[in-house]
Amino acid sequence: MAKVRPKKPSVATFGDYEMITPANELRKAVSEVADRDSDDPVARAEDALAQLSSEFSAWMDSESDRLDAVRRSIKSTGFNKTTRDALFRAAHDIKGEAATFGYPFVASSADSLCRLIEHTPEMDRIPTALVDRHVDAIRAIIREKARPDIVEIADALTTRLREVADHFLAHENRDRPDVLAGILTPPIAPSEQTV
Amino acid sequence: MLRIDFNRLRFLIIDDNAHMRRIVRTLLHGFGAREVYEAEDGASGLEAFTHYMPDIIVADWAMPIFDGLELTQMIRQPGANSNPYVPIIMLTGHSEKKRVTAARDAGVTEFMAKPISAKALYQRILNVVANPRPFIKTKNYFGPDRRRNVSSNYVGPERRKGGQADTIRQSSLIDKAKVPG
Repeated sequence: MAKVRPKKPSVATFGDYEMITPANELRKAVSEVADRDSDDPVARAEDALAQLSSEFSAWMDSESDRLDAVRRSIKSTGFNKTTRDALFRAAHDIKGEAATFGYPFVASSADSLCRLIEHTPEMDRIPTALVDRHVDAIRAIIREKARPDIVEIADALTTRLREVADHFLAHENRDRPDVLAGILTPPIAPSEQTV
Repeated sequence: MLRIDFNRLRFLIIDDNAHMRRIVRTLLHGFGAREVYEAEDGASGLEAFTHYMPDIIVADWAMPIFDGLELTQMIRQPGANSNPYVPIIMLTGHSEKKRVTAARDAGVTEFMAKPISAKALYQRILNVVANPRPFIKTKNYFGPDRRRNVSSNYVGPERRKGGQADTIRQSSLIDKAKVPG
């Protein structure tokens, strides 16, 4: 792929650091337009995403099946680095995609499972029964999305799962106060924002 | 008002999740981008970076083989590749403070917590294109200047020796991560 190499940056040297200012090769893509310009690239992108949204339900089902498949492999082979990482990524992907796919109420359950996996110091001690409860809850919430009371059901399930998971994590990390403080610190970025 | 001509930019999406790659690609095409390449893990992402020489990378954090943080550290090696200054937008489900800080310290340019939105992605791209920060090289850091503003509340010592650098006034990565897109 032929492309012109970037120009050399300017470098200012100070006592124990350098400040490097690369040539802004991307400035070529910026232009000034009148405020009344009606073209709205964000709206165009949102429209494009809306056209894709008919696929989201099937995508979420496949993510749910993927989570279940990893859970089953852990039941047969136990936790090892590969299966633990696969379970984490499957739950983490659901957490990240949930709102975009129209399932914002499942993100918290997936987040609770991520926390359980990430913050249990010894993977052999991750309770498979608690993993099962999380996976079953996530799958049930996805499956029952059309229920009028799904938000309340999801909230009740997640609250209980989170309580049990946090109780377990507090015990497992009782000798690691710094880790414990990090676990109990709320996230700083919004986690349930709709597109 | 600033407008980005997206068809003059080349993007590389690195994410192990095919659905998320499709979402990001759809948004970029919606903005007007034509050249959008994909890689499905950190290793193939590094190869694609070398091959396609993208103008902007949008990378996930949690990926097999090596993750988005390791990928960033490999790219931010002065002299080791053709463009260690490439803007890296990290798009991730992680939202904890320690994660944002770790991303910043690895040399990530912009941090974006999922769920993704068109507006948030556009703003990050506009920021890296129109308001790029200089790079700082110390014995243990190479990446975009982490000082986006002057804090009047800071009472510690000046950690950079030998000169007072100009400061680019921008919201900190952590503050920006707190704001929904």
